[in-house]
Amino acid sequence: MAEREQKKKQTTTRQAEEVDEAAPADSKQGDKIKAELDELLDEIDEVLEENAEDFVRSYVQKGGQ
Amino acid sequence: MAIAKVVGMETEYGIVHRGAGESNPIAASSVLINAYVSDLARKVAWDFEDESPGNDARGFAREGTVAPEVETHLVNAVLTNGARYYVDHAHPEFSTPECADAMECVRFDKAGELVLKRSMEAAARVLPPGQSIVVYKNNSDRKGNSYGTHENYLVSRQTPFGRVVQHVMPHFVTRQLYCGAGKVGTEASSTGGLEVPFQLTQRADFFEEEVGLETTLKRPIVNTRDEPHADASKYRRLHVIVGDANLSEVANLLKVGVTSIVLCMIEDDWFGDRDFTLAAPVRTLRRVSYDLSLREPVEMADGRRMTALEIQWEYFDLARKYADDRGLECIGADVGAEVMRRWEAVLTGLESDPMELADQLDWVAKYRLVNGYRERHGLSWADHKLAAMDLQYHSLEAGRSLFDKVGMERLIPEASVVEAITEPPRGTRAYFRGKCLQRWGSSIAAANWDSLVFDLGGDPLRRVPMMEPLKGTASMVDTLLDGCDSPAELLERLGS
Repeated sequence: MAEREQKKKQTTTRQAEEVDEAAPADSKQGDKIKAELDELLDEIDEVLEENAEDFVRSYVQKGGQ
Repeated sequence: MAIAKVVGMETEYGIVHRGAGESNPIAASSVLINAYVSDLARKVAWDFEDESPGNDARGFAREGTVAPEVETHLVNAVLTNGARYYVDHAHPEFSTPECADAMECVRFDKAGELVLKRSMEAAARVLPPGQSIVVYKNNSDRKGNSYGTHENYLVSRQTPFGRVVQHVMPHFVTRQLYCGAGKVGTEASSTGGLEVPFQLTQRADFFEEEVGLETTLKRPIVNTRDEPHADASKYRRLHVIVGDANLSEVANLLKVGVTSIVLCMIEDDWFGDRDFTLAAPVRTLRRVSYDLSLREPVEMADGRRMTALEIQWEYFDLARKYADDRGLECIGADVGAEVMRRWEAVLTGLESDPMELADQLDWVAKYRLVNGYRERHGLSWADHKLAAMDLQYHSLEAGRSLFDKVGMERLIPEASVVEAITEPPRGTRAYFRGKCLQRWGSSIAAANWDSLVFDLGGDPLRRVPMMEPLKGTASMVDTLLDGCDSPAELLERLGS
């Protein structure tokens, strides 16, 4: 429990400091994630539906539960 | 005393009939399922005798509300894994068999995806050239039409329903933090002036009531359908309609696993006077889904203000004490420990940097991908390409699925998923259902969650009731089944 309390306090301090929630923390982990994402984004256009607008417009479903 | 949490999940899939011009989703769903089922030895009809979806857990009559329709004329099959595969509300729907724990439920939900993928391949073989059927494991068409993913939990009838509502409501509102499948934009008619470029869940836009019986309109956060498919004097089946369809196995495990633990705590009255009742649950459901900072406080009924994450930490701390004191046998000790470990890790990650969870949570994976693409190409959030990516994240079509690309952590080995499309779970009555279908499918006239009906030719139909979800397991019936050469012998030995 003590550990948890401690963690919460630290977090509260961090919350005050951190404004931009979308910015990856710092560090190597952040760099690695960025590199993987770049690689993935390089491939995306090959996978995306050719005509995104038509695809999105024609995706119509009947309401269900 | 908390009872063992038998669980199951039902998913309505989005469906597109390509190359067919004007297409009818009911017909397309039927083609899809029939194509799959016709490959199987024998199709077994579903028996509706005990279906009563209009009953209400609050105990009052359903006058003035719309009881869900049971569409008996549509395609409806029971598979040898104990699952039900059918057409519901113009969608193909896969209901997992009853599972003895959350991890097993995740395995059978994944098997459901595989059944749908194989159905798409089977349909392509029977459709005219140039046509195909594609399904999407999502919950919205981005135009205001939603379709559901429901969870089901076995709950003790002795537990007052009001207590269930009190403590599951804050959980359902805040578990979106890790269960959400993410959505670009919003479909709500009003967001109270908020910009919503992206939100945590597919479903939050569609909930209008706190508690109620409906599932297709005026959807309630806590659904009161009281149809236990089991001994009604002992059990309820809590029918949860507020969740998203998860492709992520980690998110799915947490959705079912944490909710199972919370329900055990409610049954054991573990909350005592701890109360996290929200001032306005419906509004808060949306605010939590819209708040990508995860830090906006929400208003509690007693005037306190807490973030969704703080409420989840409170539930987690109560659960840890519960696990230490009572154990987690009610959800399976090993699975329970895994759920607790991952729950803590995910809450910690959400607190420090949600993007680190991009290999674990659906909404994070989708956000990272869509936002990364948007930044690279300098697009506005309203760009059609981002909406297309949102839909394609959920596509089950090989080569088009973006979920397949994001490198999500797996919990279940693929071979185990493949096995689950034909083999039933060993720890519930689904085992008896599935094994009887495997051995004597041609002698089974109908199957239901709580009974099997045998047709042995000349005699009247013989019904075997299965009112106990934890009877009919492998350890209970394997010897019996192995000792029977025919269904007649089985019925004789069962004395029915």
